[in-house]
Amino acid sequence: MKLSLGPLQYYWPHASVMRFYEAIAATPVDIVYLGETVCSRRHELRLSDWLEIAARLIDAGKEVVLSTQVLIESGSEVSVLYKIAANGLCAVEANDMGAVHVVAGKLPWVAGPHLNLYNLPSLQWMATLGASRWVMPLEMKRDDLAVIQAGRPAGLQTEVFAYGRMPLAYSARCFTARNRNLPKDDCRFSCIDHPDGLLLNTREKEGFLVLNGTQTQSARVYNLVDALDDMHALGVDVVRLSPQSQHMGEVIDVFHAARTHALAPHEALAQLQPLMPAAGCNGYWHGLPGLVQHTSAGEPATA
Amino acid sequence: MNSVLNLNAADAPGASAVPMQLVCPAGSLPALKAAVDHGADCVYLGLRDATNARNFAGLNFDEAAIAGGVRYAHERGTRVFMALNTYPQASNPQPWRTALDKAADLGVDAVILADPGLMQYAAARYPALRLHLSVQGSATNYEAINFYRQHFGVVRAVLPRVLSLAQVEQVIGKTLVEIEVFGFGSLCVMVEGRCALSSYVTGESPNTHGVCSPPKAVRWQETPRGLESRLNGVLIDRYAAGENAGYPTLCKGRFDVGDDENYYAIEEPTSLNTLELLPQLLKMGVRAIKIEGRQRSPAYVAQVTQVWREAIDACTGNPHRYAPKAAWMASLDQVAEGQQHTLGAYHRPWK
Repeated sequence: MKLSLGPLQYYWPHASVMRFYEAIAATPVDIVYLGETVCSRRHELRLSDWLEIAARLIDAGKEVVLSTQVLIESGSEVSVLYKIAANGLCAVEANDMGAVHVVAGKLPWVAGPHLNLYNLPSLQWMATLGASRWVMPLEMKRDDLAVIQAGRPAGLQTEVFAYGRMPLAYSARCFTARNRNLPKDDCRFSCIDHPDGLLLNTREKEGFLVLNGTQTQSARVYNLVDALDDMHALGVDVVRLSPQSQHMGEVIDVFHAARTHALAPHEALAQLQPLMPAAGCNGYWHGLPGLVQHTSAGEPATA
Repeated sequence: MNSVLNLNAADAPGASAVPMQLVCPAGSLPALKAAVDHGADCVYLGLRDATNARNFAGLNFDEAAIAGGVRYAHERGTRVFMALNTYPQASNPQPWRTALDKAADLGVDAVILADPGLMQYAAARYPALRLHLSVQGSATNYEAINFYRQHFGVVRAVLPRVLSLAQVEQVIGKTLVEIEVFGFGSLCVMVEGRCALSSYVTGESPNTHGVCSPPKAVRWQETPRGLESRLNGVLIDRYAAGENAGYPTLCKGRFDVGDDENYYAIEEPTSLNTLELLPQLLKMGVRAIKIEGRQRSPAYVAQVTQVWREAIDACTGNPHRYAPKAAWMASLDQVAEGQQHTLGAYHRPWK
């Protein structure tokens, strides 16, 4: 199984992003997804910057994929999509059906996690349009994936989001700007102050969601490190880790150790605990509410 | 080119000969009759299961009720659409295909779909059946909408409630697909079809089960600190004495963010109401206005349908002189969530 690093969800300063991917080049991840997927107002990096990072990562032996924005509303956002499709260097992850329309038949592409591919006929359609890989919807359970894996189109790889705060919802409204009583058009790029998003607590001080501009994430960190063997048995090709601002290299190392069986699942889980920005969860994989931390009988309790 | 792609006169962009349709919710046969009797051009309904996005106990239709509803509507010149707008789940996709077969057999005028696999099935098996792209399909740009037209012959798309008025106009200018927009009802703040907040908390979401913040996960409790509403144990809101309590839709709860305590961090309980935008929507070529509320009573449907019928007639009759009447606004506010309304994303400052 390959390890991938999903697109950066947050808005970091230019220099931080450069440093981050410089470090990523030296890690054992196989595939790196790049680009802005959340908000077109974020402009610390232009497409040319992303392509510069892509070239360095390719030199370091990584497969690089450019991800498209999830919510595409304006004409200018469609224009950016055309530019991404014409990048000439990398494959593209399509995160909207409009993006699929633009890339299908023109270049190698990946069907992203936000396309709502919940069943085999929809996946077969993606395969006929030339997708080389698809990413399972976050809320899909293991048992449904097993059904799909048993009948998936030949040559179509499967990727599973396995670590990180989950991108649960997208809106036209910016909740980070709203928190500052600013309109989105004058957001003053508030996201840049929150390298791992802005925590939303219930009134009982329980971490619940994370506001990340127009995106809403889970406060808990999805973590399927102890399901890697199960995924391998199901024929999952790629396991996706989502960037966080601290300890990312160490998180990658733990997953790498777990996939090569240098670490037992419960050891990997224990080593990840102090590296995570919040408590873990894995409910979706087990067919439960996403925020649940399910612990198999006989295994040491976690979280 | 596939035959479903051939244009006809009514397909021409911005064709103004076709009036703006009023599309009203029917959560039950009495609600359907109320909509028809009060001036709906179209009603939409769903089966009593997870194949549609209003899968609530006590709501929706069985086959006999649909047959009766179609007869009642067609005798009065009203069209019937059937929503099959959740996503067939991998391990058990059959209910969606069975539902589609029923829709075709029962003579509905269109099916409202979100799943591409189901669209493919419908287009192949029932080429004469009109396909509408559901709001759950998350199509917010013309490339996405044209894609569904090219592959499945989709003739209408319902836009998610996240586009500004200018963005709606841009989309209409670049597609031959009819555009339907939400006019009134509960406001979804997130892009429909791309929100898993409900399954994160309860295990069930609009895409997977046709529900958001499902009633079976809701608990109300009187406490010394006030009335509390919880969703699968998560505190969504707490009300002071005398404060009106709303349904705990999880994105409309009050939370703490940083130093800001106890505020509607995502959205207030409020309804979308675009009555004042009608002339602009008409002018830009919006072909249908959708009223939300299949979970609401026949009385709600009657009241809202009547107001919107009057408004659309007044606006199409004389768009330059049109202004929403105070009585219409008052009537709609009465049934709005939190008794208040917003223009939502159509209005840029909302964002």
